[in-house]
Amino acid sequence: MYFFIFNRIANFIVTIFVVSIIVFAAMNVLPGDPALTILGLDATEDALDALREKLGLNEPLIKRYFSWIINALSGNFGVSHSFSVPVSELIIERLPLTVSLAISGMLCTIFLAFVLGVFAAANHQRSGDWGVMIISQLGIAVPAFWLSILLVLLFAVKLRWLPPGGFPGWESPIDALRSLIMPTLSLTLVQSAVLARVTRSSMLEIKRQDYIRTAQASGLHPRRILWLHTLPNALIPIVTIIGMQFAALVTGTIVIENVFYLPGLGKLIFQSISNRDLPTVQALVMLFAAIVIVANFIVDIAYSFIDPRLRERT
Amino acid sequence: MLSILRKPIHLSICAALSLVISFSHVWASSKISIGMQQEPTSLDPTADATASIDGMLSHNVYESLTTVNESGEVLPALATDWQVSKDGLEYLFNLRQNVKFHDGTVFDSEDVVFSFERAMSDDSVNPTKKIFKPIESISAPDNHSVVIKLKKKDAFFLFNMAKGDASIVAAESSSSNNEKPVGTGPFVFDDWKRGDRLILSKNVDWYDAASVSVEKVEFRFISDAAAATAAMMAEELDAFPGFPAPELLDQFEADPRFQVTIGSTEGEVILAFNNKKSPFDNLNVRRALSHAINRDEIIDGAMYGRAVPIGSFYPPHGAAYVDLTEVYEHDLGKSKELLKSAGLEIGELSLRVPPFPYATRSAEIVQAQFAKAGIDVKVENVEWGFWIDEVYKKKNYDMTIIAHTSPNDLGNFARGPKYFYGFDDAAYNDLYANIVGEADPKKRILLIKEAQRYLTNKAVHGFLFQLPKLGIFKKGIEGFWKSAPVLYQPLRNISIN
Repeated sequence: MYFFIFNRIANFIVTIFVVSIIVFAAMNVLPGDPALTILGLDATEDALDALREKLGLNEPLIKRYFSWIINALSGNFGVSHSFSVPVSELIIERLPLTVSLAISGMLCTIFLAFVLGVFAAANHQRSGDWGVMIISQLGIAVPAFWLSILLVLLFAVKLRWLPPGGFPGWESPIDALRSLIMPTLSLTLVQSAVLARVTRSSMLEIKRQDYIRTAQASGLHPRRILWLHTLPNALIPIVTIIGMQFAALVTGTIVIENVFYLPGLGKLIFQSISNRDLPTVQALVMLFAAIVIVANFIVDIAYSFIDPRLRERT
Repeated sequence: MLSILRKPIHLSICAALSLVISFSHVWASSKISIGMQQEPTSLDPTADATASIDGMLSHNVYESLTTVNESGEVLPALATDWQVSKDGLEYLFNLRQNVKFHDGTVFDSEDVVFSFERAMSDDSVNPTKKIFKPIESISAPDNHSVVIKLKKKDAFFLFNMAKGDASIVAAESSSSNNEKPVGTGPFVFDDWKRGDRLILSKNVDWYDAASVSVEKVEFRFISDAAAATAAMMAEELDAFPGFPAPELLDQFEADPRFQVTIGSTEGEVILAFNNKKSPFDNLNVRRALSHAINRDEIIDGAMYGRAVPIGSFYPPHGAAYVDLTEVYEHDLGKSKELLKSAGLEIGELSLRVPPFPYATRSAEIVQAQFAKAGIDVKVENVEWGFWIDEVYKKKNYDMTIIAHTSPNDLGNFARGPKYFYGFDDAAYNDLYANIVGEADPKKRILLIKEAQRYLTNKAVHGFLFQLPKLGIFKKGIEGFWKSAPVLYQPLRNISIN
């Protein structure tokens, strides 16, 4: 177990380091000039030079990278070129929204997928199963941003039940929750369609196992077999997909935050890339990478809880 | 002879009136939500060119020495009047008295000198530093006046001093203006939730606060056109003065809850030719391409008919406008003939377009039109950072489509071979120097007309259309500018009925 954790942490450090080099190189190879983006097309050469000097863009690339990494190790991610405030401040003020969105999206996805997937598996080759399959096929085919626009037209413009976008902040919790409903739904519907299918097929796979037949033969109630024997054993592929989906949800917020004009990390990274705001992009990409790695780590830990055999082996 | 502009101010009356009105407004509170497409990254117009900073804050939170009205006429602001010396090189500005910055510090001539010296200094990062270049020196004879000496005459000087780049800021607060703007204007900065909204409230201490009827202003940042439409339709917003999508206007025009205005901006949309590069260094080729353009078709297809064609580089609503759209009327025969007379083998031309809907849509139509004239065009949609670097800075392009949104920007063509047009013409440089040096407005108009004709004659670019200003407002909201002669939009005249 200790070796497992050590191995994971070492992996984490190496991955983050490689990501930092890739982002740094990509942002520098990408055509663009942060100073010109900030000062615009009417800027004079001397003003541009003064700004480049101020932002430290005149320093050699290698030196900039190492001073960045040394600062980052001490928790200082630098000052955003375009916002002129510390990057950590930008991230901290936007993190709660994106995290709320990703977590609520994940919980709803799991809930919806389990309900649909288990229902379809329990009603295998009956109308309920076909119904779920058709709905989930539709869910996979529909792009999230298109679905969001339809949701807005129905619930915000036509029915006026929910705000069309924006986030009032957690100071007014009810308004905040109301404004998260549609973005969460848009994230959830597509993802849960995928997960429902995985849940269904994994359940069906387990249902064919000998021990299930034994349970059935010994006269156990079908519901007991379903919840106590089939579902726990079907969880391994489901959890793997959930881990991958969490990463997709976090990146999916980039699109959803733009459609619902939510001030989250997705919108920030979008804006920072077009502004060539290197310190912000760098910190955000590393943060997203860290989130994905941690999610995978949690999935690995979860395996050992789901599958006692794995625990014994480690 | 001294030209004198005076505006009598009866301070005591104003103060008394503002007191009465500010009390009466306690119960007549009014709030307005305004949609903005572009999200600002800073709140300091003297250090960042983002247009929405000016759009929200200039002449609302910050003030400059002068201001302009909707027709672009220069009016007093922090300077109540000014006198210009006979040779046009010395300006004496008399400053408004009893003015305070929003943090309570007193405004006087020292602040003006500080703001100008800050903008002119070597380490200045002012985005429009060039408007300060003609200044030789600035001094303050006393607390309530400043003298600005120019190196050479500048006909646009008073207009330029109205810009957000020339906002008067205080030494005490200038370094934190990027997050907490402090000015002297009719609105005080309240709150900014980055990426979401910015809130201003009325400055009851402003010298003419009595005339300001809006108590609170909330700007919401919505970049996506479909989301902006939904927000207006759901009545989350009261106004969207710079609506991004002409294709979505019909539904608002048909809806009795809204009023739609279609005005003009200062943005000339051009099909820019890289004049230094072959085959665009050939006048006949440029003329041939100009004849191949069908502006009406572009305006219909790219702007859904909501734009006015231009034949040169000057806005149709401007006082000095000449209609030159007929000089290169759409004529494929003439186009082919001119190409033949140029005697050049023209291969595939690249058209690199920035990610703005007006540009990407126009590009596809231009491509089809040029194909009819026998010219192959490859459209490359590029990202804004790429455009700035490759097209603008490195001049690595054949053609591009871009709107030049600054007012009085005929000077672009006098920026020499280093500018991305690659247009370097001594006769035009002289002509532009004459425009800048001409103090008599009537003579200046004649010169500006001449400049337009000159550029059209040389077919420097394909001149397409003037970018429209599309506004959507709830019924009963009055006072927004229909057209935009500058980047800012004063909020003090807005009323909600």
